[in-house]
Amino acid sequence: MTIRKTLALLLYILFLLVPIYWLLNMSFKSNTEILGGLTLWPQEFTLANYQVIFTDPSWYEGYLNSLYYVCLNTLISLLVALPAAYAFSRYRFLGDKHLFFWLLTNRMAPPAVFLLPFFQLYSSIGLFDTHIAVALAHCLFNVPLAVWILEGFMSGVPKEIDETAYIDGYSFPKFFVKIFIPLIGSGIGVTAFFCFMFSWVELLLARTLTSVDAKPIVAVMTRTVSASGIDWGVLAAAGVLTILPGMLVIWFVRNHVAKGFALGRV
Amino acid sequence: MNKVINNKAWWLVLPVFLLVAFSAILPMMTVVNYSVQDIFDASTRTFVGVEWYQQVLQNERLHDSLLRQFIFSACVLLIEIPLGIAIALCMPTKGRWASACLIVMAIPLLIPWNVIGTIWQIFGRADIGLLGWTLSELGISYNYAANTMDAWVTVLVMDVWHWTSLVALLCYSGLRAIPDVYYQAARIDRASAWAVFRHIQLPKMKSVLLIAVMLRFMDSFMIYTEPFVLTGGGPGNATTFLSQTLTKMAVGQFDLGPAAAFSLVYFLIILLVSWAFYTAMTHNDQQR
Amino acid sequence: MEWMAWTPVTAAFFGGIALLLVGMTVWEIRSPCVERRGFLPIATTRGDRLFIGLLGSAYLHLLVVGVTDWSTWIASALSVVWLLVVMRWG
Repeated sequence: MTIRKTLALLLYILFLLVPIYWLLNMSFKSNTEILGGLTLWPQEFTLANYQVIFTDPSWYEGYLNSLYYVCLNTLISLLVALPAAYAFSRYRFLGDKHLFFWLLTNRMAPPAVFLLPFFQLYSSIGLFDTHIAVALAHCLFNVPLAVWILEGFMSGVPKEIDETAYIDGYSFPKFFVKIFIPLIGSGIGVTAFFCFMFSWVELLLARTLTSVDAKPIVAVMTRTVSASGIDWGVLAAAGVLTILPGMLVIWFVRNHVAKGFALGRV
Repeated sequence: MNKVINNKAWWLVLPVFLLVAFSAILPMMTVVNYSVQDIFDASTRTFVGVEWYQQVLQNERLHDSLLRQFIFSACVLLIEIPLGIAIALCMPTKGRWASACLIVMAIPLLIPWNVIGTIWQIFGRADIGLLGWTLSELGISYNYAANTMDAWVTVLVMDVWHWTSLVALLCYSGLRAIPDVYYQAARIDRASAWAVFRHIQLPKMKSVLLIAVMLRFMDSFMIYTEPFVLTGGGPGNATTFLSQTLTKMAVGQFDLGPAAAFSLVYFLIILLVSWAFYTAMTHNDQQR
Repeated sequence: MEWMAWTPVTAAFFGGIALLLVGMTVWEIRSPCVERRGFLPIATTRGDRLFIGLLGSAYLHLLVVGVTDWSTWIASALSVVWLLVVMRWG
């Protein structure tokens, strides 16, 4: 029984990894080798594709832009979601359930609907082609998610802790920062992971709201695909590099992820 | 947990409310405004009432992509949910091996969506891709760019590859939340593996599964980037899903009015379904 | 605000929704409502019933516009009736 389970799991992991291996494999080949025929591993191992990316500013600035707005978005989402999640987990107030549902519907609204109005909204307030515009736009789907996950974590913290702290003379802000936030540390980690992930993988809004100064890497890539034939090697190398930041983040939160879901409202 | 009634809590929620309202309500109002007007350019527009709605609701092309969308979402749910549960059941419970599994499984979730499209675009090609090459060596004619069936299967396999891990991760954490006592009791009763699954694991995973179904339904319903990169909606219109039809209408042809009207119809569908899910979920909470 | 392309009709529509929300808030503060069970299959509060009523009205409008040649006013009149029924007995 256990052998069968392990075998099934291994098969699935193989299924996940083979396409990624193929991308990695291609990123180390020259274009002539890629188009010349099928080889299971690079015959002439080359780092030229990566060199193109690290020396051309339009490529590496794409990465920096993406990282910049993703971090900004994660930070904003966490800052506004923390107090709100506390309110939802501890108090009942006028319209709380409807507000919560309304927040979730924004998570579900298809970005395709919002593209043009978003473009005009951010142009009209002079934020078009800035990092903060993309960060704010991504809040639309990240803030509701952050509130949702954090609320689950906070409900798991006994209420007596709050009451004891208030009796001991803590004010609300002091209690929140000194006592409460350390208690839900892993929750914040998991939430940050999810915000990072959804902001990092999003293409449509990021591409619509930027043109030159804040152009994200995903948009740089689409441009390369459509113009002047396809440079498969560089494309593959760029793809490999987009996977790395995510892997770094999952490495940091790997022990919290499972716990995070289990504790939550979910 | 019994909560205290306190309307001052609104002050804590206010930042979130303002931030999301700014990005959600203003664009939403604009879409509604567009949907009742014929827009030529920034300053020339005329009021046309519900004409666009009428046109959109009777438009064959949109019906087709709506139908295609529903079939696609149904396929996605039918494949990914059982598969995700099965994988979660196969995963080891603790140790280094478990966290290694978690990391590997999270990789597809962290890849930008257009890169996912690119990976499969390369992977499926008969000349340079492993999958396409293997299939053609085996004597199976496979070409996702020309054959409707192949394109469909490729998009579906890509989605399974991309998102099954999310379902599996959610179910895995649901399973971890079951106390050991339950399993011990089952062992004493000599329950079969199926009985354990049916009467202990499945009921405990119910709320997590609802989330998984909900997220997968929403995301597959607004899928855009991956099939756009992979097949460009072709061959013909075979893999042109809703979002893509909409974007083509709004950006490509600048038919803002009809696109906005259809966006709203689309939004209403999602709203109804998600409300039904949400109500079912919170109702479930109350019964416990 | 020019880019939002306002028209009198949509302005009135959103004004109406806003007024409805303000009205519901004031009503709720004046006399808080209790959850109850009407002809709908789930227990609802006043706000839930308003939401169900509005969503139902939206679908009713789509149905009338998409399937029949009737004037939109008929749909609106039917929606008002539906809204009142849901609010009172839902």
